[in-house]
Amino acid sequence: MTVAQTPRRIRPALVASPPGTGGEASPLPRRVLMKGNEAMAEAAIAAGCDAYFGYPITPQAELLEWMARRMPEEGRVFVQAESELAAINMALGAAAAGARVLVSSSSPGISLMAEGMSYMAGSRLPVVLINVMRGGPGLGSIGAAQGDYLQAVKGHGHGDYRVPVLGPSSIAEAIDLVREAFAIAERYRTPVILLADGILGQAMEPVSPVFKALAPSTPDWVLEGADGREPRVVRSLHLRPEDLERHDIALQAVYSEIEANEIRWAGEELADAEIVLVAYGTAARVSRTAVQRARAQGLRAGLFRPISLWPFPAAALREASAGARAVVAVEMSAGQLVEDVRLAIEGAVPVFHHGRMGGMVPTPDGVVAAMRQAWSTTDGGTS
Amino acid sequence: MTSLPQTDNQDAHTAECGRTVYRRPLLLSNPTSYCPGCGHGIVHRLVAEVLEELDLGRRTILVGSVGCSVFAYDYLALDAVESPHGRAAAVATGVKRYRPDHVVFTYQGDGDLAAIGTAEIVHAAARGERFTTIFVNNGIYGMTGGQMAPTTLLGQRTTSSPTGRDPQTAGYPLPITEMLSLLPGVAYAARVSVADPVLVGRAKAAIKRAFEVQLEGHGFSLVEVLSTCPVGWGMTPTQAMEHLATDVAAVYPLGTWVDRAKGVAPAMPMTMEAAKAAASHTAHPAHTAPEA
Repeated sequence: MTVAQTPRRIRPALVASPPGTGGEASPLPRRVLMKGNEAMAEAAIAAGCDAYFGYPITPQAELLEWMARRMPEEGRVFVQAESELAAINMALGAAAAGARVLVSSSSPGISLMAEGMSYMAGSRLPVVLINVMRGGPGLGSIGAAQGDYLQAVKGHGHGDYRVPVLGPSSIAEAIDLVREAFAIAERYRTPVILLADGILGQAMEPVSPVFKALAPSTPDWVLEGADGREPRVVRSLHLRPEDLERHDIALQAVYSEIEANEIRWAGEELADAEIVLVAYGTAARVSRTAVQRARAQGLRAGLFRPISLWPFPAAALREASAGARAVVAVEMSAGQLVEDVRLAIEGAVPVFHHGRMGGMVPTPDGVVAAMRQAWSTTDGGTS
Repeated sequence: MTSLPQTDNQDAHTAECGRTVYRRPLLLSNPTSYCPGCGHGIVHRLVAEVLEELDLGRRTILVGSVGCSVFAYDYLALDAVESPHGRAAAVATGVKRYRPDHVVFTYQGDGDLAAIGTAEIVHAAARGERFTTIFVNNGIYGMTGGQMAPTTLLGQRTTSSPTGRDPQTAGYPLPITEMLSLLPGVAYAARVSVADPVLVGRAKAAIKRAFEVQLEGHGFSLVEVLSTCPVGWGMTPTQAMEHLATDVAAVYPLGTWVDRAKGVAPAMPMTMEAAKAAASHTAHPAHTAPEA
């Protein structure tokens, strides 16, 4: 009943059909064209996502729609919630019961989910949350933006906690990072945010049709009924300050471990770069083009692309930009990423910012101009 | 921390004396810290007795809430998960959907369920989620110092309605059970009270029926338990029980609103079965569409 009703959609072949098990008649294509939202959804399914909860919002609605069709096909849980508040709390419940859970939304809905994220961080629950960012503040626009950077990397909700944040810059990378996000979430018992944007969600790109699976984990804390053992309570409440401080100290130890082990970044043309661009997500795609144009014009530019936005690859950026004349943070926001860049650089190299807001995207020529501006501003100091 | 109750002594005692006249339910682990005259201890005990009688303790998951009721997981020896304020019905949805063979219930007060959590409870009921909600209504925010709740009686003085609840500015008490009983997803809805021993017995029967309805998979089941908050009400425990039996019961009538499996339901709304039949009828053309 399903395929015939949705002929316009390409159904990716799953890793569940290895060679020799009946797929020979129609061999897998090397690449399939997939929309970002749908690719991320299918990546979650391949990674063993047991339950999905969501609420319609542009520009992530296709992710919800894909799950609405595919999760029941796989015999897994799909619920369209009455609000993002309800969705994130359904996720909390399912995660406490031991499910591998995905939730997705876009910026305004993500704000509503801040409450649940804080509770899940406090209760040590692994859940993956995809934010397909749009313009803000408020209802903003439905255009792609990165204005939720600080919200994501500085914790999202109330209290002393952090959430690992991964920022893909292509659909293929998003597919890999969805799986990575589940792995990190379960390794450290923490919510994880995948910070995408409206362009990554809406664009179509060729991707490999083979989506990698993720081995199931067997945690010893999930709720399944106290049958022959002590009851388990999944909670964030610790009324005695002494107890809560102990709990919070334990959380910080987990975050230190994440900072030590989960740094991810990529670099392009950094070896001889005089101007280092720092950008993630769609802004990094634009910056890559800008680096090529700048080099064609004789300006030695490079791109440092953080993939883990928290933990931020500060040491790697400091090292990569040590010989540079200037660093320029390129973002689809009003100077949010640049704060982490400045913290990383610690004044060693002048740091500049080039950003567009509200759903507007930087252009390669605009970025090249920002690089030239940074070059000329620093002319007296270093040359 | 809760711990599994020791049954050895009780068994030995039973063997020695021939029969047990009175004992604490096995699932009720610790003495409670609730105020004198508070109804939570009674309701906890009723839930523990019912789960024990139905032999469900080993496969039950309690979904806690915020307010005095948050302590339920300290006293009931069950696997439990805490919820943000008002979100218990959403959390329970997540638990039950992933573990449909387990017994899941929320334990919520009236500030939690009837104010900040109205959206969650209405939609869980509308979806016919197959969990049980124990809704303890004492008409006040007890934990935070006795503020007005949506369920507070007209004229009732609280710390946030110091001259009495005025309907001109603060509206009217919210009849949650009557409201939810209109939804076809609700398989069982009853309002009970703990004002005297006879009513406590009826409350237990309702709680038992609610869990049975969940086990039978009919849909959402709700028991609203009218309860006391002597400290919040500014009364002695005895006065509070009298107030509960008279003034509170006058505003919130007791009874079984819905037990669909037994044919008890408001006349107006369609049943879950009728709703399903209608849905399958409208879906029919799509199923018979010619193959591409």
